[in-house]
Amino acid sequence: MSTSLRQSPGARVGLSIAVATGLYGVSFGALSVASGLDVWQTQLLSLLLFSGGSQFAFIGVIAGGGTPVAAASAAALLGIRNAVYGMQMNVLLHPTGWRRLAAAHVTIDESLATSTGQTDPVEQKRGFWVAGVGIFVLWNLFTLVGALAGDALGDPKQWGLDGAAVAAFLALLWPRLRSREAGAIAAVCALATVLAVPFVPPGVPILVAAVVAALIGWFGYRTGPAGEGMEPDVDPYPKVTS
Amino acid sequence: MNLWLLIILACVVGFLTKLLGYLVPKKWLTNPRIARVAGTLTIGLLASLTVANAVATGQELAVDSRLGALVAAAIALWLKAPFLVVVIVGAAAAAGLRLLGLP
Repeated sequence: MSTSLRQSPGARVGLSIAVATGLYGVSFGALSVASGLDVWQTQLLSLLLFSGGSQFAFIGVIAGGGTPVAAASAAALLGIRNAVYGMQMNVLLHPTGWRRLAAAHVTIDESLATSTGQTDPVEQKRGFWVAGVGIFVLWNLFTLVGALAGDALGDPKQWGLDGAAVAAFLALLWPRLRSREAGAIAAVCALATVLAVPFVPPGVPILVAAVVAALIGWFGYRTGPAGEGMEPDVDPYPKVTS
Repeated sequence: MNLWLLIILACVVGFLTKLLGYLVPKKWLTNPRIARVAGTLTIGLLASLTVANAVATGQELAVDSRLGALVAAAIALWLKAPFLVVVIVGAAAAAGLRLLGLP
């Protein structure tokens, strides 16, 4: 028997992950305006792109002097994992009509992780929707707070916002480095980036690293487990899994 | 205008990518090779973005306060700090090192 929504474990975990994730929208907002986007452009990314990794990738390339084309390419490539998440969620939810569009939009690391951590199908649905919609609302709210605050700060370098961007990318990468192979892929791609920087325009080294990563994935797939790097970047159930 | 256009394009592509997962037959994306490329791409792009933001200034490599931010963030992550704390530690390290006179 399923419980009421108030006692639903899926909804509870979804809500706590929504608060934690939504809050760091403030860092995206601040870093986005520091990279040179205006408040409206920043808010549009949170409303419509709505995928933390892709949003940070876009502004990370712009901040480094890359072209908007390189920024959009990096964002699109980093969003590919969401298609795999979408396939997994489709199996659990079977949404139709407008619900399918809504489900697709809130298909991100956190909503997938919350949902797949539940065993009861009702809780899987509740976890997905509460985490997904909750994060969407809070992420957008805190993006606006961060963007307005960042706008008021003045010189972003004086506040160390370029260091904050570095920290944000490392924090997005960190949870995925659970195996030696993941660490090796990260190291090779980091090296490829450093080697490419002097020779190609800003932003392009990131796309060079993407090609290297894709080649490793394509040709080396027999050597590692199939799900390498596909773990969502959050673990809503640390007590259960560790 | 170009920036606006590509922001909108990135948003459209991002949404269609998510929707694709709900529309294509399951076997396409359960193909282990596709799933693995999606995974290695994610790791590779995030590693590259981390390093590019830490050491690249235009087409030049530079050692400055951002490298200190990278080390400080790694220590914070190793101590299991939450995301927002890691970001604040990175900002504080870069701002602090600049106060000390580093570029």
